[in-house]
Amino acid sequence: MSGIVGWGAYIPMYRIKAETIAEVQHADANAIKAGLGLTEKSVPGKDEDTATISIAAARDALKRAGINKKEIGSVYVGSESHPYAVKPTASIVGEALDIGNTYMAVDTEFACKAGTATIQINAGLVGSGMIKYGLSIGADTSQAEPGNALEYSAAAGGAAFIIGPDKESVAILEHTCSYTSDTPDFWRRAIQPYPSHAGRFTGEPAYFKHVTEATKRILEKSKMQMNNFKYVVFHMPNGKFPLRVAKQFGVTKEQIELGLVVTKIGNTYSGSSILGLAAVLDIAKPNDRILITSYGSGSGSDAFIFKVTDKITKAQGKARKVNDYIARKEYISYPQYLKHMEGIHN
Amino acid sequence: MFRDSPIIRWRHYNDRYRLVGYRCTKCEKAYLDKKGMCTCGNLDFTEQEFSGVGKIVAYTQIHSGPEVFESKSPYCVAVIDLKEGARIEAQVVDCRYSDLKQGLEVEAVFRKFYTSGEKGVIHYGTKFVPKY
Ligand SMILES: [Zn+2]
Repeated sequence: MSGIVGWGAYIPMYRIKAETIAEVQHADANAIKAGLGLTEKSVPGKDEDTATISIAAARDALKRAGINKKEIGSVYVGSESHPYAVKPTASIVGEALDIGNTYMAVDTEFACKAGTATIQINAGLVGSGMIKYGLSIGADTSQAEPGNALEYSAAAGGAAFIIGPDKESVAILEHTCSYTSDTPDFWRRAIQPYPSHAGRFTGEPAYFKHVTEATKRILEKSKMQMNNFKYVVFHMPNGKFPLRVAKQFGVTKEQIELGLVVTKIGNTYSGSSILGLAAVLDIAKPNDRILITSYGSGSGSDAFIFKVTDKITKAQGKARKVNDYIARKEYISYPQYLKHMEGIHN
Repeated sequence: MFRDSPIIRWRHYNDRYRLVGYRCTKCEKAYLDKKGMCTCGNLDFTEQEFSGVGKIVAYTQIHSGPEVFESKSPYCVAVIDLKEGARIEAQVVDCRYSDLKQGLEVEAVFRKFYTSGEKGVIHYGTKFVPKY
């Protein structure tokens, strides 16, 4: 068995308000905010990308894990905004962390669930004894075409998890399962700078179906019910979708609220559901059970059940919390925002 | 001439990616770059990874730096004394020039330096942000 030995998060400090974007798009800001359930989003600094976000989060995860970093046997980075089309982000992360050269590494991509997929991969490798510790990261500097509805939510951030033996874990992975199908709800062709999406189709047959099916299956598999969980996290493309799934499963406001970071920073894509998980780990108590279901367009959902151990209390204070990053912010104008997003490419 | 070879950069990963420097085995003075001889006369050094925490000694704002930094101009550069004693010159980001002052505590972050044109390598390294 395996679990999370250390976790870390990172959110760039820049924010743009929905009002600022609405003004440029000639849209009704209040209607947008009510419709999407968010008020502002994070924007990367001009010198930040998926690699720098990954490294910042991973350094915090290492602080919390307190392990010998040379024992990390794998680095997997999930993103849909890897800095290079060809050349891994994972090796930049490994080099910057100074974990040596004898680690397995690859970048993953599955829209917003590329990060949770790496947790499953590392859980398998740790569980089988192939490695002692594995580093799982999900991070994005997601991009939206100016004028597109995605512009209000496409944000930047990420989270990192060191997966290791259950005996050393702050949260033991009790169950995981996935639900996957070929559903063309959102995509970006090679060499295209911005993604395309199928409008309203992204809801019912895509997000809702996969999140619901994966969640149902993990409940069946674990023979648990929603009231077994102290905290529940569903992938958050906006502030509305996860609440609808919560209602459908009878999840209470208290269970879902803590992980619902989207309302303050937007959708950080591969970082989204796992930033919710990190925010929950920041304050969870021993024996709490956590349910998280991610979603990635194209389409798939990964569901996980974690049980928090007594090792968490000591780890919580060793690095910055998600809420510390949410609180550190500076608003920028629309022209500044465009300059920041240009920075991703140069 | 601005040195722009990915290989030259690669040789500096140790001190640019991670703030690995050297400490005199006799007087314990720390340096970021390898010195032939310490100011105390000793010739032996051990490698040390610095914590990345330091204080600003001097700073300035650059409006027209090398072409590769154009998209990031204006930007702040500071001379920083690391906690372990070594001195480093680096960019300070996520701040305004007016935020900076002598003695301000800063911490190291991993950021993008520049890219070698549209097709070239992306160069990363250590910058600093005001401690928060
Ligand atoms: Zn000396």
